[in-house]
Amino acid sequence: MVLQLVMAPNWCGCGVASANSTKISTNAFKMSSNRFNFSKPYPGRAYRVTAYYSLTTPPYELDALEPYMSKRTVEIHWGKHHNEHVERLNKHLKTSAFYGHTLEEMVKATYNNGSPLVEFNDSSSVWSHDFFWESMQPNGGSMPKGGVLDQIEKDFGTFTNFKDEFTFAALSIFGPGWVWLYLKKNERKLAVAPTQNAISPLVWGDIPIIGLDMWEHAYYLDYKDDRSAYVNNFLDHLVSWHSVMVRMMRAEAFVNLGEPKIPVA
Amino acid sequence: MALRSVVSRKTLAPALRHYRSLTTFTLPDLPYDYGALEPAISGEIMRLHHQKHHQTYVTNYNKALEQLDAAVSKGDAKGVVQLQSALKFNGGGHVNHSIFWQNLKPVSEGGGEPPHGALGWAIDKDFGSLEALVKKINSEGAALQGSGWVWLALDKEQKILKVETTPNQDPLVTKGVSLVPLLGVDVWEHAYYLQYKNVRPDYLANIWNVINWKYASEVYEKESA
Repeated sequence: MVLQLVMAPNWCGCGVASANSTKISTNAFKMSSNRFNFSKPYPGRAYRVTAYYSLTTPPYELDALEPYMSKRTVEIHWGKHHNEHVERLNKHLKTSAFYGHTLEEMVKATYNNGSPLVEFNDSSSVWSHDFFWESMQPNGGSMPKGGVLDQIEKDFGTFTNFKDEFTFAALSIFGPGWVWLYLKKNERKLAVAPTQNAISPLVWGDIPIIGLDMWEHAYYLDYKDDRSAYVNNFLDHLVSWHSVMVRMMRAEAFVNLGEPKIPVA
Repeated sequence: MALRSVVSRKTLAPALRHYRSLTTFTLPDLPYDYGALEPAISGEIMRLHHQKHHQTYVTNYNKALEQLDAAVSKGDAKGVVQLQSALKFNGGGHVNHSIFWQNLKPVSEGGGEPPHGALGWAIDKDFGSLEALVKKINSEGAALQGSGWVWLALDKEQKILKVETTPNQDPLVTKGVSLVPLLGVDVWEHAYYLQYKNVRPDYLANIWNVINWKYASEVYEKESA
């Protein structure tokens, strides 16, 4: 989050916005205390803080996913493609009615039930790419354990079935898109789905758990047209089951996946 | 385009007897070597683009056609409708790429030479100049989000040239039944990524060195007669 200081004549603010919010409420600030060490170049004038999105860094070095995803690919995919979406999103936000929304709120609102508004493409791409980098880790892949494995086996039969379904969905996409493992809120089960262009399960109200970018720029330098090698390497060596576990735990705050296990005394 | 006819016979019921012939498609040869368009488009890209991508469209189009044939014979309306997206994607991919290979020519064989005659005058009339047309195609091609094509089209009905874009492998005709493709530029990432990476504008700027305006002129003159 990048905060910018902008002068505004009409209202007062003397605090620093919290890192979690993008919108600054006028009620949040009190002029009385001098708790915040906040230098005001023009004392007596009021300030409005505006915030835009910044490019979040993947939680590993750019070469950490080698040899399954080269440093070159990550440099260009993150540093150019992902970055370009962030910059375009911020350009929209200068005049957009959706300024102040969280990224997730903006994706859902600008999807507009299938007639996407101009901000959708970039906001959804930024959200999905943040999610993508965090869906991977160095020395990822192999098998999940414990609750995650149990849930996958419950909803797909076997872990191999899940991998097959995920791969099939990934290879079935016509044109650019993504493939997702996501949690269906109403049916309370995991499922796999491919999407076109920048769409994610957020737009239909479900909870993404893994996202894999199937746009050509995601794999072409490393795999050329061999998409199945890319997907197999993602599943076998890159996917972060740790992230999956954290995301499932968070999802359980919204979806009751089963009766709590109460130990018998 | 080479055609190979596969004739399959229905059972000879007394009341109804006819041959059903399914025409399938094969990958057209390139009229030049893979490396002949360098440095505008690398030989590696041309080889992959032709031997892998276009071939896959042909293979999957034939598969979809066989499935369509079966569904039509059985009167399976749901099956027929379900196949439409595979037909449009793979059939479109075959149609579009077949045009694309004709749209390119090595410099030594006239690639890049500006259009003369009727097409040249039409470009000046409808866009002001060739530079203006190139600028328009480049800006629309660069702005296209995702994958698709940017076209110089002749609207046969309105007798005017237009620049259009289509997403994914949608053929130009999906933008208007009277549109005839004169030039198509593939802006899928596989068309340029190995050489130009994310810098699509550089690919668009350079491809004009190998554009085959002679082919475009021939199509224009034939279709505007």
